Amino acid sequence: MLKSKTFVKKTRSGGVMKVVREHYLRDDIWCGSEVCTECKQESTVLQKDACMESSLCSYPHYLVPDTNVVLHQIDILEDPVICNVIILQTVLQEVRHRSAPVYKRLKDIIHEKEKRFYTFTNEHHRDTFIEREPGESANDRNDRAIRVAVKWYSQHLKTFESDTDGLKVVLLTNDQGNKQKAQDNGLLVYKCEEYVKSLIANPELVDRLALSSDDKNEITSSKVLFPEHLPLSRIQTGIKSSSFLQGTFRASRDNYLEATVFVQGEGEDSTEVLIQGLQNLNRAVHQDVVAVQLLPRSEWVAPSSVVLQDEGTAKDDEDAEEEEGKVTAVEAARKPTGKVVGIIKRNWRPFCGMLNVSQIKESTRHLFTPADRRIPRIRIETRQASTLSGQRIMVAIDGWPKDSRYPNGHFVRSLGGAGEKDTEEEVLLLEHDVPHQAFSQAVLSFLPKMPWAITPEDMMKREDLRPLTVCSVDPPGCTDIDDALHCRELENGNLEVGVHIADVSHFIRPGNALDKEAANRGTTVYLCGKRIDMVPELLSSNLCSLRSNVDRLAFSCIWEINHKAEILKTRFTKSVINSKASLTYAEAQMRIDDTNKNDDITKSLRGLNKLAKILKRQRIEKGALTLSSLEVRFHMDSETHDPIDLQTKELMETNSMVEEFMLLANISVAQKIYDEFSECALLRKHPAPPPSNYDILIKAAKSKVKIHTDSAKALADSLDAAKVDGFPYFNTLLRILATRCMMQAVYFCSGMDSDFHHYGLASPIYTHFTSPIRRYADIIVHRLLAVAIGADTTYPDLMDKHKQSALCNNLNYRHKMSQYAQRASVAFHTQLFFKSRGILNEEGFVLFVRKNAIIVLIPKFGLEGTVFFDSKDKVSPNIVFEEEGPTLSVEQHKFHIFDKVKVTISLDDSNIQHQKIRMALIEPVSKKTKLERNLM
Amino acid sequence: MAGLELLSDQGYRLDGRKATELRKLQARMGVFTQADGSAYLEQGNTKALAVVYGPHEMRGSRSRTLHDRAVINCQYSMATFSTAERKRRPHGDRKSTEMSLHLKQTFEAAVMTQLYPRSQIDIYVKVRVGLTLHLVRGIIAEIDFFVIVHKHVSIVFQQILQSDGGNYSVCVNAATLAVIDAGIPMRDYVCACTVGFVDETPLADLCYAEENGGVSSLALALLPRGGQIALLQMDARLHQDHLETLIEAAMTACKGVSKVLDEVVRQHLQEASVLTGE
Repeated sequence: MLKSKTFVKKTRSGGVMKVVREHYLRDDIWCGSEVCTECKQESTVLQKDACMESSLCSYPHYLVPDTNVVLHQIDILEDPVICNVIILQTVLQEVRHRSAPVYKRLKDIIHEKEKRFYTFTNEHHRDTFIEREPGESANDRNDRAIRVAVKWYSQHLKTFESDTDGLKVVLLTNDQGNKQKAQDNGLLVYKCEEYVKSLIANPELVDRLALSSDDKNEITSSKVLFPEHLPLSRIQTGIKSSSFLQGTFRASRDNYLEATVFVQGEGEDSTEVLIQGLQNLNRAVHQDVVAVQLLPRSEWVAPSSVVLQDEGTAKDDEDAEEEEGKVTAVEAARKPTGKVVGIIKRNWRPFCGMLNVSQIKESTRHLFTPADRRIPRIRIETRQASTLSGQRIMVAIDGWPKDSRYPNGHFVRSLGGAGEKDTEEEVLLLEHDVPHQAFSQAVLSFLPKMPWAITPEDMMKREDLRPLTVCSVDPPGCTDIDDALHCRELENGNLEVGVHIADVSHFIRPGNALDKEAANRGTTVYLCGKRIDMVPELLSSNLCSLRSNVDRLAFSCIWEINHKAEILKTRFTKSVINSKASLTYAEAQMRIDDTNKNDDITKSLRGLNKLAKILKRQRIEKGALTLSSLEVRFHMDSETHDPIDLQTKELMETNSMVEEFMLLANISVAQKIYDEFSECALLRKHPAPPPSNYDILIKAAKSKVKIHTDSAKALADSLDAAKVDGFPYFNTLLRILATRCMMQAVYFCSGMDSDFHHYGLASPIYTHFTSPIRRYADIIVHRLLAVAIGADTTYPDLMDKHKQSALCNNLNYRHKMSQYAQRASVAFHTQLFFKSRGILNEEGFVLFVRKNAIIVLIPKFGLEGTVFFDSKDKVSPNIVFEEEGPTLSVEQHKFHIFDKVKVTISLDDSNIQHQKIRMALIEPVSKKTKLERNLM
Repeated sequence: MAGLELLSDQGYRLDGRKATELRKLQARMGVFTQADGSAYLEQGNTKALAVVYGPHEMRGSRSRTLHDRAVINCQYSMATFSTAERKRRPHGDRKSTEMSLHLKQTFEAAVMTQLYPRSQIDIYVKVRVGLTLHLVRGIIAEIDFFVIVHKHVSIVFQQILQSDGGNYSVCVNAATLAVIDAGIPMRDYVCACTVGFVDETPLADLCYAEENGGVSSLALALLPRGGQIALLQMDARLHQDHLETLIEAAMTACKGVSKVLDEVVRQHLQEASVLTGE
């Protein structure tokens, strides 16, 4: 079966070294076609009647795209219309080498059965392997290999011509030279555009065509707007000689002419390079990996505090430079400034947004405005502009020529009408990369069969804690209950406290489709009135949820604690519990406060509450921070699901009671799994922020109180002491500001890091154990703990610190994204709320001061945004900005941080693409200027 | 840049083999007339020459003499020009010493040493890699430079110099043939093979690119008929759950090797009997 004909393939790398690899050619690689009787394949992929109705090819045919077609037209290939495609190994390898995202998408298509994509391993086939000829470039060889493979296919299929209706193979290429050579060889070859346009009954597919390089010329003027990007080879030498820096490009949210490049240095040592101006930004798009060159020190600038939005027209606007605010900043505030000289890796994905329909009615070229303000507007070509206007659509970027103000792109798909709730939700899920499709059959197949019951075998292995008075305390309407508590007095006078966590890892076994899906999702995402589950509902709301009066599997952490809240004994066990009550925070609070009640549940709650208070005090003494961020809750209309009222979340004693015990359980578990697996424990850390982060806080507070930031303890103490008479909200504002100074807490693998400290909780070690229904990290921690106590077996990936570390990266990313999505959802519902409310007058506080705007927080709605003091069409008022303060003087009035202002809030839906909340400052009033506030 | 894809979705490896397929294995016995037994073996691009002297009286320190069986003395060396970096190591480096020790252990398990008490068997194996050698034509030239190197005469050899993986197993296979050629009784062929673990699939007979591509690999020497393991060596980390499948795959691969070796031996025997006219 093995045609062991050895070939020697030589590739040079470096100077002297030569590499010899064997290359086996085989005669057992089959063609994958249904018609073929010669090949001894077990299953076929390609159909006999491969019917894609095309005016160019009226016969059944298989498509063979070349590498560039796959790379650029992957959107077309993903369309269900396109099927029966042969992907050559040469193409697959080249794609893998050139673009990881496209490679992944291609592989997904290949795995999809209905698409009928067949991978032909031509490089190892006896008849289709070719050697590189002297003087031939690698690309030319690959092109030739593709042609040879196509030739082989057409000859191979010809032998069965009698029973096919002239089945043919069609090569798709956009390369003129390649096409010519293929035609000379007598192959059927078309350009991708030609072919797609010829498809009958699918005219909309044309819109998805990526603009290829030949089309560019006709669109743009001859004027060169941007400097040329350097070739990769020069960038690499530049980076080696450290004349260039490599980093991730991060566009500014507030100012489209400004961006920073984040340069990752050795270890903690990383820097940010500021980029200002269209020319210096040089066509880099948010998240691209770019090479930057630092400007001479004399040209360094400070980040501008101006808020600028690109309001340019559909034309290439020549006066872009005028908008660029030339700022002469204080010497100290200047930052390393540079310019982008080349792109190392594009990180383009399809973007959500809306179409700005061109003023010219017949025009097919339109500008597209992405929802994410950091992404530039994209020029696309479409014939369906009239239907697409007013809809949210997705667009992918194809390229950004140096003579074009905007990048060129193509339409991918439509999401639905703008402003509609479902569409907007879809947009924000897509924009934040939240996986939200329904669970696939493969995933659901791993769910336990209903009716489910605890088997005697399960009972054997578990501790029976059903007699205990366990209860759960959660927010109202919570269906995924993952924690329950109990507390009872022991005979020796000490207290026994148990935290019982849903045993999700019992249902989700490592490595199966359900586990992989959960690991990918990473976390459950809570939007207003909607929940995107991490695990299917059967588990999240039923089998795992610790509902009252049913037997449920749990993972319990049980302590013996004395009345001074000192832990005497800790043990962990898998158990079976039967919760006696599911309470809300308010109900629990009422039971504790109601002196007449004296049942077991209430007694247990009182015991817990008493201990929690002591624990909290101890924690705060150690320097744990109490920070504040405003969380709002919408009261939804039960019929329309529209928000009818809005209030900030109230915190009760019972909230902190539950929280205290969760923290305690997390810390105990963290210690246990770290002791047991010092290399591969999944922990959570919260790094201490660099002192400079606190500058804004110290500056803002200095007029009223002094804030110490030397340690977490000092900060906590000075925050507690910071009170101003007659200004009760001051303390909360300070805490909100302090929260903004913090770093992100992250998951990490203990074998890959040495700093475990959790700054905010002032704990030397921490992890997440208590919410396995909604966080994947907890599931891993459960598995580790189960192994540690001998309740479960281990598996390879659990012990592999590199795989764990990769998992942590995904979890951190998903966690961050889910938070952003949550915030965006709140913002959208706030708009809906104000839509129904009309105009409101509210009191607010200045949170930040910018060069031409102030950012105001409305405590009542937990809402913040920017108030601009200059607008394009009106005469700017006299504005003076002072860095040290910072303060902003508008006419006679001087704005400080924490100033109290009064504003009028209303929804501006004149522009449906970006609905704004418009606001006018009422107090202090300045009649000459119209003050607006935008919220997006 | 993305690393190498060691196993494609279609089930092909870098060089076009499937997961369980071995590299091309060619061998020849009796290549070296001075020695009691010799064999030359190519497995892919890795080549080894094994020479056996003995059994003969103890040489050197007699204190090592064993009274109930023969002492096996193994020496492994790499041709100085067989790796990218050319370095003279007259006394062998640590890797070679380790390899020698492994070979010694392997053959102590296989050779019926108790038949030759108070004597010594020497097995010398030299690995050179690269350079496609056509067994039929160039064998004498090959042996010439092995000899030259042995005398530590520095020579300049402008050939492809890169190890291509599986040194240990190639040595064992070559040495088996050489021992057979010397007519020393063995319990069975000793066949060795490396296996690696990629994407939950065991890959048989790793080549250099695979060995260096971050694969946990395992080398196993087997006495195929009885299924006894003569030596098992693994330096990489591997989860316990996978060990069994990996060993199973290695055993299958070793049995494959043994078939080829058996054929070589039979063919050699035939040639020899034709020559002697029996």
